[in-house]
Amino acid sequence: MARRIRAVAAFWYDFVVGDDWLIAVGVVIALALTYGLSRAAVPAWWLLPLSLVLLLPLSLWRAARRR
Amino acid sequence: MGSGALFIAVFLACVVEAVEATTIVLAAGTARDWRSATIGMAGALAALAVIVAVLGPAVSEVPLRGLRLVVGALLLIFGLQWLRKAILRASGRKARHDEDKIFAEQLADAAGQSRRRVGLVPDWYGFTLSFKGVLLEGLEVVFIVLTFGSNQHDVGLAAIAAGCAVLLVAAAGLAVRSPLSRVPENTMKFVVGIMLTAFGVFWGAEGAGAHWPGSDAALLALVPAIALFALLLVALMRGSPAAGRDARVPASAAADGS
Repeated sequence: MARRIRAVAAFWYDFVVGDDWLIAVGVVIALALTYGLSRAAVPAWWLLPLSLVLLLPLSLWRAARRR
Repeated sequence: MGSGALFIAVFLACVVEAVEATTIVLAAGTARDWRSATIGMAGALAALAVIVAVLGPAVSEVPLRGLRLVVGALLLIFGLQWLRKAILRASGRKARHDEDKIFAEQLADAAGQSRRRVGLVPDWYGFTLSFKGVLLEGLEVVFIVLTFGSNQHDVGLAAIAAGCAVLLVAAAGLAVRSPLSRVPENTMKFVVGIMLTAFGVFWGAEGAGAHWPGSDAALLALVPAIALFALLLVALMRGSPAAGRDARVPASAAADGS
């Protein structure tokens, strides 16, 4: 039973998070910051594109370093 | 986003998934037993239909802003993962997706397993191989249809686009009875990664309460900007000394996408 639960959890982790957890964590933090800025009536549309510009090269660099 | 853009985005994403599912079904049918592979595929399609029937109405009940936040987050994570792999492949740091090679590996794996009859299924291994392959790839199709469709209030059109993609690929697979290695899958994955990321950025920001300058027109800037950024990263990574250590690809392949 425990093995089956672990397998299901591993499947969903792989399905949602994928190869690099940093991307998932970075996206969640960027969305939380966007929400916070928006609530404070500060324009926040630029935050997700900026996070993309930071996250993608960082994740690629981590992948390249591992190989 | 217009209906045409919705159709193209869903169609392209679903073609990629359908090609992968077709390779698995063809391997199960060729190496094991066509009847078992077909039953497995039909069973997975039935399970996917049930998932759509249950989740479809539920998703459309979620308030649009909350839906865009969750969908945007998931699309952005998926899109960045696709783009990451595509850039690694295009820059020669990861082996390119090769349906012929995957097919050969699946055949070798399947050929070594013993045969066991369960009920109406002559070969249980062939059935499960086909069932799991179609279900897993199909789940991604379902996700794409529900997220794109519900955000644009047109799940029907998204489902039609997915259906067209699946039927087209399945017909081609049946006709040639071999993996669809001539489909430019790596390039399509690169394009789909860009589109998923762009829509994820757009809907995620809107869901979190941000307002885009120019409203929907911002997508027209986001898509080419992300494409250019991805191509720039490919060029930078190809230029670094370690490029091509895992998989040598010709220089012309960079423009060919992932």
